[in-house]
Amino acid sequence: MSERLLKIEVLRYDPEQDSEPHFQSYEVPCQNDWAILDGLNYIKENLDTTLAFRWSCHMMVCGSCGMMVNGEPVLTCKTFVRDLPDKVRIEPLENFPIERDLVVVLDDVMEKLQRAKPYIIRKDPPPEGKEHIQPRSALYKFKQYTMCVNCMCCYAACPQYALDKEFIGPAVLALAHRYNIDSRDQGKSERLDILADHDGVWNCSFVGACSEVCPKSVDPAAALQQMKLDGAKAYWLQKLPGGKS
Amino acid sequence: MEHIHADVVIVGAGGAGLRAAIAIAEADPSLEIALISKVYPMRSHTCAAEGGAAGVKGADDSLELHFNDTVGGGDWLCDQDVVEYFVSQAPRELVQLEHWGCPWSREDDGSVAVRPFGGMKKKRTWYAADKSGFHILHTLFQTSLQFPSIKRYDEYFALELLHKDGKCRGVVAMEMRSGRFFAYHAPAVIMATGGGGQVFPFTTNGAVKTGDGMGMAYRAGVPLKDMEFVQYHPTGLPGTGILLTEGCRGEGGILVNKNGYRYLQDYGMGPETPIGKPELKTMELGPRDRLSQAFWHEQKKGNTVETPWGDCVLLDMRHLGEKKINERLPLVRELASSYVGHDPVTDPVPVRPVIHFMMGGIDCNLNGETPMPGLFAIGEAACSGLHGANRLGSNSLTDLLVSGKRSADRATAYAREAGRSEPCSSVNQQAEDAVAFVRGLLQRSGGGETTAGIRREMRTTLEEGAGIYRDEDGTRATCEKVAELRARFDGIEVNDKSNVFNTDLQQVLELRNLLDVAESVAEASLERRESRGAHQRLDYVERDDENFLKHSLAYRRPDGRPRIEWLDVTITRSQPGVRDYSGGKDK
Repeated sequence: MSERLLKIEVLRYDPEQDSEPHFQSYEVPCQNDWAILDGLNYIKENLDTTLAFRWSCHMMVCGSCGMMVNGEPVLTCKTFVRDLPDKVRIEPLENFPIERDLVVVLDDVMEKLQRAKPYIIRKDPPPEGKEHIQPRSALYKFKQYTMCVNCMCCYAACPQYALDKEFIGPAVLALAHRYNIDSRDQGKSERLDILADHDGVWNCSFVGACSEVCPKSVDPAAALQQMKLDGAKAYWLQKLPGGKS
Repeated sequence: MEHIHADVVIVGAGGAGLRAAIAIAEADPSLEIALISKVYPMRSHTCAAEGGAAGVKGADDSLELHFNDTVGGGDWLCDQDVVEYFVSQAPRELVQLEHWGCPWSREDDGSVAVRPFGGMKKKRTWYAADKSGFHILHTLFQTSLQFPSIKRYDEYFALELLHKDGKCRGVVAMEMRSGRFFAYHAPAVIMATGGGGQVFPFTTNGAVKTGDGMGMAYRAGVPLKDMEFVQYHPTGLPGTGILLTEGCRGEGGILVNKNGYRYLQDYGMGPETPIGKPELKTMELGPRDRLSQAFWHEQKKGNTVETPWGDCVLLDMRHLGEKKINERLPLVRELASSYVGHDPVTDPVPVRPVIHFMMGGIDCNLNGETPMPGLFAIGEAACSGLHGANRLGSNSLTDLLVSGKRSADRATAYAREAGRSEPCSSVNQQAEDAVAFVRGLLQRSGGGETTAGIRREMRTTLEEGAGIYRDEDGTRATCEKVAELRARFDGIEVNDKSNVFNTDLQQVLELRNLLDVAESVAEASLERRESRGAHQRLDYVERDDENFLKHSLAYRRPDGRPRIEWLDVTITRSQPGVRDYSGGKDK
C-alpha cells in the first residue's frame, strides 16, 4: 500500500483560549486507500490529542463527519486521500457557528427539523395489525428523500442559508416533502404553514448547490421546486369558495 | 453541578432508547423522560445495520419456527421464555414501524418484502434495501419529535449510575459543549448504550461503541452476563472492517477460497447449493459463528487469498447482476467500490471475519429488569438471554424494538409506583465523586501513558486471547494483560484541558469503559471451558451441557480480577440438540 505525506491544515478554535480561529499544520503519512478522516484520526492518536472533531461509523451513514475539505462540504469518511492534492485544508462546515475546532453548533437545524413535523400524521387510523399496502412506484416517489444522513453539507453549501439563517433550508424541506408525498401520510396541510411562509420554500433561490454537494445523492432542489408548485396550488385553492381561509 | 429531576432517564438514543422513549411518552404523557446521548440520535450505531429485522411474515412461517431457529442458532444458551416473547412480539413491532413511516422494501403486491438470512429456516427478514438500521433509526428519531415529554440531552456523556440501598436513583452526565456536570435524579434508568465492539482492533462497530452502559452498570455492582460470546460477522471489508451485510448472501452471493472453491461445504454446511439459488439455513446461509470459524480453518490450510490488508476469502456477487445489486445492495456496492476498489458487479470482493456484536451485556430478564431495582437494560447493552451463544442475523434490530417497548412498559409502571425520590446527601455525594474523578483526570500529569497506546495494546491482546478460537494459555495471558493495562490507566495524561467539547477527555472516559468490557470478556472466556456458539476453545472442543448449560456472570471487584458466577439457562420446550445446517440433505 503506497504512502504519501500530506500537509493537513486544520482550523483550530477553542473559545476558552482563542480570540479567533487559526490554522495549524500537521505532516501526516497517509495510506493511499485512506479516507481523509483516517488522516484526522492519525493526528488525534499520534500528533495532537487536543484536536476536536466528530465522527463515528466510517461508512457514510451516521452523518457525523461533515467538514469543509479544500473548500467543499464533504463527509470526510467518503473523501479519499487518493483524490486529494498534497496539501489539504480542513475547516468546520460553513454557515454554522464553530463550537470547537472542527465541531459546529447544530442547534438551529435541529430545531428546524422538529418544526417540519417529519413524521407520519394520520387522520384515519392505520390498518389494524397489518402494514399499509404501498406499491413500489409509491415508495420510489419519496425514497430518495429518506436517504438524508443529516450531515448538514447542504446547509454549508446553501447561498440562501448563508444570507438568512431564518431560511428553513434544504435538508429539512426535503424531509418535509418526503412525508408529504408518502402515500401513508395525511398531514400535508399541517406542514403547509411552516413551509409556505417567507422562511420556507419561497426563500430558495434555486442555485442547486445543495443537490450538488449531497454525499447521499439526495436532490433537495427538486423537492423544493415541487413544493413551490404545491404551495402555490394550495394557496390559490384556499382562495376559492369553500377554501380553508 | 446542576440537578435535573425526571421520571425515567434513558441513556442512549439509538434504536432501543428511542423505541423505549416513544413507548413511555405514548403510555403516559405526564411522565418526564430525559433522553441522554453522547451523540445526536441519528449518529447512533443502529444506523450502520444493513440487512434487516426478523419477524414472522409469510403464511408458511410460524412463531415456533422462528423460536427454533433462534434457540438452535444460539446453541441452546438462549433463555427460552425470552425467545418465546420475542418472536411473538416481533411482527407487531415491525408493523408498528411501518405505520410510523419506515420505508421498507416492497413485494410486487405492495406488501412489505422479506429476504432470506443466515440460520433462518424461512424468509422473515424485513428490510429497507441494505440500509435497514439507518431507516429504522431515522424513522424512530423523527417519530419521537412529536412527543413533548421526551426531553433530549444530545451530546451529554453519561459518567456513572447513582444508587442508594441497592436501588437505582439516576445518572451523572457531562455536557460536551460546556464541560458542565448534571445529576439526573429518577426512579427508573434504562441503559440503551449499545455494545462495546471497540475493545477489538478490527470491528464493524463505529467509534461510539465503547460499552459505556456496560461499564457504568458493572462499576455499580451489576453483573455482565455471557460476555465471552462475541460475534464475528463473516463478511467484513479488510482494512476498515466495514460491514457487508448478510443480505449479500441472502440475495445469492457465494463465498469462495483462493481456488474458487465454496469451502463452507467442508465445515458441516454442505452439500453445495446451486449458484444464485440460495437455500435457507445451509451453505452461505449458515449461522455467523460457523462461517467465521470456517474462515479460520481455511486460513490455517493456506486457502485464503493474500491482499494488501491481510488474508481474505472472496464474496462473489457477480451472478446477481447489476440491476439486482443496485436495487437490493446499493450501499454494499458503494462501500466495496470506494474502500477496497472492487465493484461487486464486476469483481469478487475480498472479505474476512470482523467483530460485530456482543451477545453478552448487562444482566437482565425478559422485562429488561437488572438485579438492581430501577435499572433496566435493552438492546445490545443488555443480555436478556435472547441471543444465547450466537445471535442470528436480523434478530438484533427487532430486539431493539421488542426489548425497548417491553422494558419501557415496566419502567413506566415502576416509576409511577416508586415516585420521584427526595433529595439525598449520599446520592449527591456519589454524583460529586463521579465529577471529582473527571476533574482528577484533567489535572493528572507526568504519567507517561497515552489513551491511544493503552487502547491499542488492549485491542491487540483481546484479539490474541479472545478471538475466534481461544485456549487456556492465550486467554489467561490476555486476562493478565488487561489487568496490567487497568493499572497503567492511572498513568494517562489528558493533554486537552478545555471545558469545550473535550474529546481527549471523552476518549479516556470511554477507555475506562472499554477496559471494564475487555476484562469481563477475557475472564468469562477463560472460565468457560467448553465450546459453544461463538465461544470456541481449542482445548475444550465439545459443548458441555452437563457443566456449562449456564450463563456466566462477571462481577467487578475494585481491586483484582472479576468474580465469575453461573446462572441456569431457562428452558421451556427445546432441549439441547444438534445444530443442523446441512439443509436437511444429510438426513
